[in-house]
Amino acid sequence: MIALEKRPAPSRAWSMATPFLAVLLTMIAGGIMFAILGKDPFAAIRTIFYDPLFNAQFASYSRPQLLVKAGPLILIAIGLSLGFRAGIWNIGAEGQYIIGAICGAATGLAFYPMESWIILPLMIIAGALGGLLWAMVPALLKTLFNTNEILVSLLMVYIAEQLLAAMALGALRSPDGGGFPGSRNLQQYPSAHNAELIAGTGLHLGVIAALIAVIMAYILLSRHMLGFHIQLAGSAPKAARFAGAKPGLLVVTCMGISGGLAGLAGLFEVAGPAGQISIDFNSGYGFTAIIVAFLGRLNPIGILLAGLLMALTYIGGELAQFTLGLPAASIQAFQGMLLFFLLGVDMLTNFRLRWKTKGAV
Amino acid sequence: MKLHSILTGAALALGLAASGAMAQDKTKVGFIYVGPVGDFGWSYEHNEGRLAVEEAFGDSVETVFQESVPEGADAERVMTQMALSGADLIFSTSFGYMDPTLNVAAKFPDVKFEHATGFKRADNVSTYSARFYEGRAVIGHIAGKMTETNTVGYIASFPIPEVIRGINSAYIHAKKVNPDVEFKVVWVYTWFDPAKEADAANALIEQGADVIMQHTDSTAPMTIAEEKGIVAFGQASDMKNFGPTAQLTAIIDDWAPYYVSRVKAVMDGTWESTDTWDGIEPGMVAFAEMSDKIPADVRAEAEQMIEDIKSGAYHPFSGPLNKQDGSAWLAEGETADDGTLAGMNFYVEGLEGEIPQ
Repeated sequence: MIALEKRPAPSRAWSMATPFLAVLLTMIAGGIMFAILGKDPFAAIRTIFYDPLFNAQFASYSRPQLLVKAGPLILIAIGLSLGFRAGIWNIGAEGQYIIGAICGAATGLAFYPMESWIILPLMIIAGALGGLLWAMVPALLKTLFNTNEILVSLLMVYIAEQLLAAMALGALRSPDGGGFPGSRNLQQYPSAHNAELIAGTGLHLGVIAALIAVIMAYILLSRHMLGFHIQLAGSAPKAARFAGAKPGLLVVTCMGISGGLAGLAGLFEVAGPAGQISIDFNSGYGFTAIIVAFLGRLNPIGILLAGLLMALTYIGGELAQFTLGLPAASIQAFQGMLLFFLLGVDMLTNFRLRWKTKGAV
Repeated sequence: MKLHSILTGAALALGLAASGAMAQDKTKVGFIYVGPVGDFGWSYEHNEGRLAVEEAFGDSVETVFQESVPEGADAERVMTQMALSGADLIFSTSFGYMDPTLNVAAKFPDVKFEHATGFKRADNVSTYSARFYEGRAVIGHIAGKMTETNTVGYIASFPIPEVIRGINSAYIHAKKVNPDVEFKVVWVYTWFDPAKEADAANALIEQGADVIMQHTDSTAPMTIAEEKGIVAFGQASDMKNFGPTAQLTAIIDDWAPYYVSRVKAVMDGTWESTDTWDGIEPGMVAFAEMSDKIPADVRAEAEQMIEDIKSGAYHPFSGPLNKQDGSAWLAEGETADDGTLAGMNFYVEGLEGEIPQ
């Protein structure tokens, strides 16, 4: 029979191989699911993974869209990964994303219709601050009263959603909207518009910010004392304390960074691709980023690749839906499989399979 | 972007010119839905309209659709991809697709767009909606007669004029036949979320509601009504299968004739940007079979009202009517104009609670 045996040390080879193996297994299991649905599995897999990148009809549009979709995912996931490494669980990035968008958009709209180069930078600062302050609530409650940051940060998402609805209906509602909810469209307000930097590339400031975040996180984790404390706090909290890490400060720092980055992501989204504060402006980036963080092994470069892969499944999944008639739920199941297989195969990093004959110890 | 959009535009124009030349080429029609086609409510009826288009034109048409598309940036991408795939006409079937539809339409001047329930148009963007409030008037009348606790529960989605109009219309007509009636409104901020809708239904029943109305797309409230042994009205689609004894009737949105005529217009080259707002008379708003639970006299009154609205003899918003704050809105003999109705953001007198601001 097969038995699991704990490895003396996590296998580096498996740690590298699991994401690729998980993608492969997802393709196989997903292919079987698509076949059961009566669709050609090879066509479906090709449409999801190949067409957005190389199909002559779509690729010129969907390739840049990959960056647009991956940008906020990467930006948020980088922030989350720092906390996750230290054992600090910020589950409420969705809420911080919303508040960042509200604060940033409100700052921009306060200047309407004045045009000035200073407006967008001010919005960026406001967006980051908004997300940061929203994350401070669970952070301070944890450090001062030892509350559970998972619950508090998650519940803060629902408060943020209500606030978003209130803003879309009230304070930020466009006066020209004829009574309909939703703010002015920032895309039509040049000073506040987070436009594409190079036309047709999908490259907006949020994507640049995501790339900078990847590099900064990489340096932080490999070269900086704070990065060392973060890693140590996650694997050996007591040792971290001896090494001079202050647990409370670490919580505030990690929550602050992740909240700030989520807020930035929200601001760049509302000022760019989304354009306006609407009741259901948030579309789950904050939660999907948790998957991206783990899919990327909490490693900055890994997160960069995982974000792009996740974006690919979204955009390819959309293509597969209307070109092949796949139901939306099957695409979500397909994305779910990705995480499922990743976590399943991940076991092989820490354990190995052994054939055991009966009677053997 | 400029050059890129010019190029895509040019490529598309070429494609269209070619398709015009080759008559055997199919007209491609795309649909995007806010919920799953299996919601058995709003998106389901739009999909029925799509199937009617396929039925009507057979091999000369190809339809594609995408379900559960979030309102916002994602919708813009989905529509762009549809346009790139050669769609000639795209129906975007939820209010929140408004700005994305306009954005994509600007990039593809040769593709026609039809946006449901919105108010922004362009040369290649039409809007269309149904006068659901006519249906709400009829079910409001029935609700006023049927409630024993004098409490009607109303599950509302978003505080946009379409939904507020429905609440007002139902309330006015319930109140007319039952001066003691009270409406309890719960805002769920979603079009489709069975769990939230079920919670709202349960909460309303606990507060004494024995008639449930919904302006959300799932069948969950109907299922709860059936479980709790009270009555309810189906929304957008006949929900009888989910509440065989609970459903009194349902307001059915029948998009099929409109969709068929618009696709035909594209095929004939006669499509123009228009604003359509049809009600019971052209058949865009219809009713499911009335339940036996409705007493014969009430049913006769309801059917009379349907006839009167059809013939134009009766307008659901007829004065005298005051706004919630007591200020005068419509004088005796006056009826509401479409402009006010389209942007309605106030309750009528007698409704309790506030529209979320």
